[in-house]
Amino acid sequence: MRYAYYPGCSLHTTAKEYDHSLHAVCNRLGIELAEIKNWFCCGSTPAHCVSVTGLLSAALSLGNLAIMRESGFQEVIVPCPSCFSRFKSALYNVAKEPRLREEIKKVIKDGWYSSIKVYHPLQIFSEESQLAKISSLVKRELAGLKVVCYYGCLLTRPPKVAQFDICEYPESMERILRALGVATLDWSYKTDCCGASFALTRTDIVLKLSHDILEGAKSVGADMIVVACPLCQINLDIRQEEIERTYGTDYKLPILYFTQLMGISFGLSPRELLLGKHFVDATRKLEEVSRHA
Amino acid sequence: MAHRTYIRVTEDPTIECVRLRYMVIPKEPVQVHRGFTDFADIIKSLSGLDVNLCFQCAKCASGCPVSYTMDYTPTQLVHAIQLGLTDLVLNSKTIWLCASCQTCTTRCPQDVDLAGVMDAVRSIAQRKKIKAKIPEVPAFYRSSLINISLFGRMYELGLILMLKLLTRSFTKDIGLGLRMLRKGKLNIFPSFRGALATRRIFSQVKAVEKK
Repeated sequence: MRYAYYPGCSLHTTAKEYDHSLHAVCNRLGIELAEIKNWFCCGSTPAHCVSVTGLLSAALSLGNLAIMRESGFQEVIVPCPSCFSRFKSALYNVAKEPRLREEIKKVIKDGWYSSIKVYHPLQIFSEESQLAKISSLVKRELAGLKVVCYYGCLLTRPPKVAQFDICEYPESMERILRALGVATLDWSYKTDCCGASFALTRTDIVLKLSHDILEGAKSVGADMIVVACPLCQINLDIRQEEIERTYGTDYKLPILYFTQLMGISFGLSPRELLLGKHFVDATRKLEEVSRHA
Repeated sequence: MAHRTYIRVTEDPTIECVRLRYMVIPKEPVQVHRGFTDFADIIKSLSGLDVNLCFQCAKCASGCPVSYTMDYTPTQLVHAIQLGLTDLVLNSKTIWLCASCQTCTTRCPQDVDLAGVMDAVRSIAQRKKIKAKIPEVPAFYRSSLINISLFGRMYELGLILMLKLLTRSFTKDIGLGLRMLRKGKLNIFPSFRGALATRRIFSQVKAVEKK
């Protein structure tokens, strides 16, 4: 299978480990990711927050899809939930609003972008055929490991736009991790907000919301939080010390991308998966629980 | 079922408005200017979103992760828009504290895209050049957009430095930033890939929106 790949800005900077581990895992699964070289930013939160008609945000997203369409792709994999959400919203809004459709024609000339399908890697990996393949590739058992899966805000919301799993209680990441033999715990913060881009402006909000999430994970007895979003990862990981200081708590909870955990199971080395980039060390915990099959 | 609340328009600034159940009007006398009750219509014509569908069930306020720090809950803000309290809405902290997490939009039984309404209100406030109650947030949006249009892809280090200049918060998170640089989590140099495309899109969008 060959997909166009849109990494988004974060996966080339703050979340290189997500990019690396996704490539490594896809390589094992026989999924080919073709990164279209001249992609640009999807506009993320700032573009839709200050545009009343939504034109800027839609144009930046659809412009990227048009590039992929020009390169001959029909399907694109988007690992960053923020980009995923922007692409899905742009396609949804353009289909729904005739005025936006007229205006966008003046900016993006190629009108074929609407046929493109946008997927998050979780959607691809949680298909039945892939799950069987994932189970068969396990080289290192992580049977003692208890994790919680954290999806963040934008992957599932709003459901009619995102069309991703069950909106309030998604399970696709759990299905993948269970296929690896990892125990996943039920908890209440799967799709709660981590404070997102307030990290740079109102850090107090991020500290409070991320504290709630870490507290929730700790209270159900999780060894680590497994995430699918670069912004959630960074808020929960690099701010964890600050949260512990502010709230007088002690978590030391590693925050891993689901692709990294898959890679570990597939027998890839922590170096290949760039585990060293995290602020809270995960390797010790993984050594404790893993057994080579 | 569209339901519309009208309140009496008065020229007398001393008349206190009647307190309703989800009252959004502060205790001091509020003058409602003539012509402001069409605020909801303005939002609808600009963004296509109808806030008059809201029947004040407060589901948005209960699910909102940041309502604890807002001056008006999302429910109250919608009520204020219905009442045409333009000044209150545009000068609220709420519009800048919305994290765009879409919980309200997802759960609204009347299908009001409240996160979209927040976008619309924020951009109206910016067009009217109203000084934001949480100035860091529009400063962040502005520097991000300049960043994207200049470099094509987000150049995080440039964004952080520009935001520091705009908000004069030079010492904030220095230690964290240095640790991120050491871990290779921030690129020192920007990539200019896609810069031509974003600059073209920004200027064309500006031209279309001006019309």
